Amino acid sequence: MSKRFIGQSVKRFEDPRFIKGQGRYVANIDMPGMTYMAILRSPYAHAKINNIDTSAAEAMDGVVGVLTGQDLVDGGCGPLPCGWNVPDIKVPTRLAMTTDKARHVGDSIAAVVAETPYIAADALEAIVVDYEILDASVNARNTTEDSAVQIHDDVPNNISYTWALGDQDGTKAALEAADHVIELDLINQRLIPNAMEPRAAVAQWDATRGDMTLWTTSQNPHPIRLLLSAFTLGIPEHKLRVISPDVGGGFGSKIFHYPEEIIVPFAARAFNRPVKWVATRSESFMTDSQGRDHVTNCKLGVNNDGTFTSLYVSTWSDQGAYISTFAPLIPTAFYICLLSGLYKIPNIWGEMWGTLTNTVPVDAYRGAGRPEASYLVERLVNEAARQLNMDAIEIRRKNFIAEDEFPYQTPVALAYDSGNYSGLFDKLESLSGYSDLKTMQAEARANGKLIGIGVCGCIEASGPAPSKVAGALGSAVGFWESSKMRVHPSGKVSLYTGSHSHGQGHETAFAQIVADELGIPMADVEIIHGDTGEIPFGMGTYGSRSASVGGSAIVKSAEKVRAKMMKIAAHQLEAAEEDMVFDRDEGGVYVKGSPDKRLSFFELSLGAYTAHNLPDDMEPGMEETSFYDPANFTYPNSAHIAVVEIDANTGEVDLQGYYAVDDVGNVINPMLVEGQIVGGIAQGIGQALYENGVYSDDGALLSGSFMDYAMPKAMHFPAIHVDRQETPSPHNPLGVKGAGEMGTIASTVATANAVMDALAPLGIGHLEMPLTASKIHSAIAAHAGQL
Amino acid sequence: MDVSVSMTVNGVEHSHAVEPRTLLVHYLRDTLGLTGTNIGCDTSQCGACTVHIDGDAAKSCTVLAVQADGCAVTTIEGIGNGSLHPMQQAFWDEHGLQCGYCTPGMIMASIDLLNRNADPSRAEIRHGLEGNICRCTGYQNIVNAVASAAKEMAGADA
Repeated sequence: MSKRFIGQSVKRFEDPRFIKGQGRYVANIDMPGMTYMAILRSPYAHAKINNIDTSAAEAMDGVVGVLTGQDLVDGGCGPLPCGWNVPDIKVPTRLAMTTDKARHVGDSIAAVVAETPYIAADALEAIVVDYEILDASVNARNTTEDSAVQIHDDVPNNISYTWALGDQDGTKAALEAADHVIELDLINQRLIPNAMEPRAAVAQWDATRGDMTLWTTSQNPHPIRLLLSAFTLGIPEHKLRVISPDVGGGFGSKIFHYPEEIIVPFAARAFNRPVKWVATRSESFMTDSQGRDHVTNCKLGVNNDGTFTSLYVSTWSDQGAYISTFAPLIPTAFYICLLSGLYKIPNIWGEMWGTLTNTVPVDAYRGAGRPEASYLVERLVNEAARQLNMDAIEIRRKNFIAEDEFPYQTPVALAYDSGNYSGLFDKLESLSGYSDLKTMQAEARANGKLIGIGVCGCIEASGPAPSKVAGALGSAVGFWESSKMRVHPSGKVSLYTGSHSHGQGHETAFAQIVADELGIPMADVEIIHGDTGEIPFGMGTYGSRSASVGGSAIVKSAEKVRAKMMKIAAHQLEAAEEDMVFDRDEGGVYVKGSPDKRLSFFELSLGAYTAHNLPDDMEPGMEETSFYDPANFTYPNSAHIAVVEIDANTGEVDLQGYYAVDDVGNVINPMLVEGQIVGGIAQGIGQALYENGVYSDDGALLSGSFMDYAMPKAMHFPAIHVDRQETPSPHNPLGVKGAGEMGTIASTVATANAVMDALAPLGIGHLEMPLTASKIHSAIAAHAGQL
Repeated sequence: MDVSVSMTVNGVEHSHAVEPRTLLVHYLRDTLGLTGTNIGCDTSQCGACTVHIDGDAAKSCTVLAVQADGCAVTTIEGIGNGSLHPMQQAFWDEHGLQCGYCTPGMIMASIDLLNRNADPSRAEIRHGLEGNICRCTGYQNIVNAVASAAKEMAGADA
């Protein structure tokens, strides 16, 4: 196959509008008659609502109207559904605006629509709510105790669901038989995604036609339309258009169906005016679904030679006050199914409890379950190496699934498609100068310095998902992707994809695929995404699925276009169809052995539309649609090293070096892949060292702004060195694997392992993230006090 | 009661009556329709709204429109004179952006950084951008872009 563009670092087509300040973000949409919504949020984590008095607000000049939860219920709005129903799950009722109780700080109570944003904000102050404050529950594990307050009447002990996988008895027996058992109690702390663009929604109602258009900051507008139509808003799917134009980052947080996507169009219809709502950052902190928040006990059975025999994991996963759209997927199939890591571990048991607390709902956040799995596996492996006095890479090599053992069936359901983990670590040792690092560390330690080298090797299951598998695991939807390839009469191509770009660069990478598949210039290709009015259907972008699922759907449509063009060429050139060759370099079709006897891409495109000379049984036109359902997940994998020095006097961590080798299969655009990897690494380091979503015991969100939540800044990072290995995925036509999340999955534990390695000579065991200077300083001081 | 405010924005003089509490960023976006300046937070941390006021970088969410009365304001729409400013070009060339939301503020802050220090080290670039948050890139290519623009602009001056 000819590849003129795939594999090239083509500069992004989308950049000119962003660098000129011409991004088409939802907050930038304006139209005549626009009104502005502000939403009253509960200041209490748990409070009974006795009364809501909106009369003073409604009487204010410039206020168009005020809506409460009851207005929405009376208007036919239904509760927000859960899209991933594991067996016996209890999904508590979640309304767009609550009517009975506030269950987390930020729970929506009432919405004001006004002529200006400032009037809307003023009117919120005039709404009087009679709250009866209740005790709050904020800990994933303690919330299940009988003494904990009951958050929803129909979810006893605040346990929404439980899930388990593996061989419990076999794993227990193997742990007993192992030479060593490494046990850790870990907290994978609450994170707040913080895409730089706050969520926003604009709705326009056409009363005469009964058509609603909703612009929303979503990673997947089609599923949002489906949920709005079938469950929450009730406007039929064919009368509702959902558009997600430029979206300023998502990281998972913009996958989910949010209350404002219901309230804003409801108000636009109720008041017959366009309505705009744009979250403040404070609202983002208390309403965007958050990430992680696991309390875990885990045990790894290891023999004297370093061989892993067994892994037993118990996790309490905080789901927040309600079950967000895909929340139950994250700590089940995206977590327990990943517990085998890069290793042959014969016995695995994973069990979890999905619990409710008076906190913001938790759902997928970059990596989504897989970083939590990698964190515990790779912390255990490092702890095993330390206790057995083995090198951190040596113990991993002893347990790798070998290159010739793929496909590899793990004991936790997944069948890994391909990989070469020892090759990956060969590259990592070379990139990082591992043996020199070890020498440097030994010398520095001899001089009393606290230097740590943090190694990790991580697996990801990306590109969700075979729809049958997803359905069996509880999904309410399929996870294929669509593409519609419209070849215009002039030979230019509009490609409509169901994937959604919110920073990934699809307009460039997908154009590279189309241009290569059809043998045309990239400038002749336009990628269209994010509009249910234009795209047949699409499942959107998350789980590192766009290249492997969305890209494959593009390849499938291109195959159909080529086949039709070859039929037309055979007919017009009066040659056998099997003698037609599609020219992937120049475009067009020629007769095998006679490259001069040919029709150009333009001639074939035009010919399909003039229809003057087509085979008798052929329909005119040149437009092909494909729905691609992946045969399996893809399995990106990575080997990372972080190098830190800790100042023993202050506890401050100086991240001195970072080295990453990732295998994401074939690469469409190396520049984009490297951008994803480096950006992901930075985000994961944020979890390890800085970020922490903190609630007080009464449920107040203490880290509710950028003043209190430590977002990583440019000065926090050294140069990040990346390399890659390309082991093609055998089951998709591009041979690609996911690239969006691997950096994040690996860098958190690599950095944490580096800090623990630095502190190991002091006899300090495990510390919880974020590994802040004060926490480390306290640990050093406490340890010194013990000596 | 509204107050009148006049300022030059991207070389064009504007006068409007605004509510006294109107933030400069809202004046730019909502009154003048210059939506290139984004809003990323409400506590002056993220820098998405960075513009230049009389040549110095300022977070326009932290300035009242009336405070900019009589000033010359430059936004992302006002740099480059019809072509790309070297900093814009460098962000494109070095893949210094992904979702693009922090980009206008980041570019305005970076231009200010070079105005103060035409030949910064990488560490100085990283510290110089501490008032601007990017969630996508990990900053590496932003640092590369600023370093590259510094070279380009030094060459243009020579």
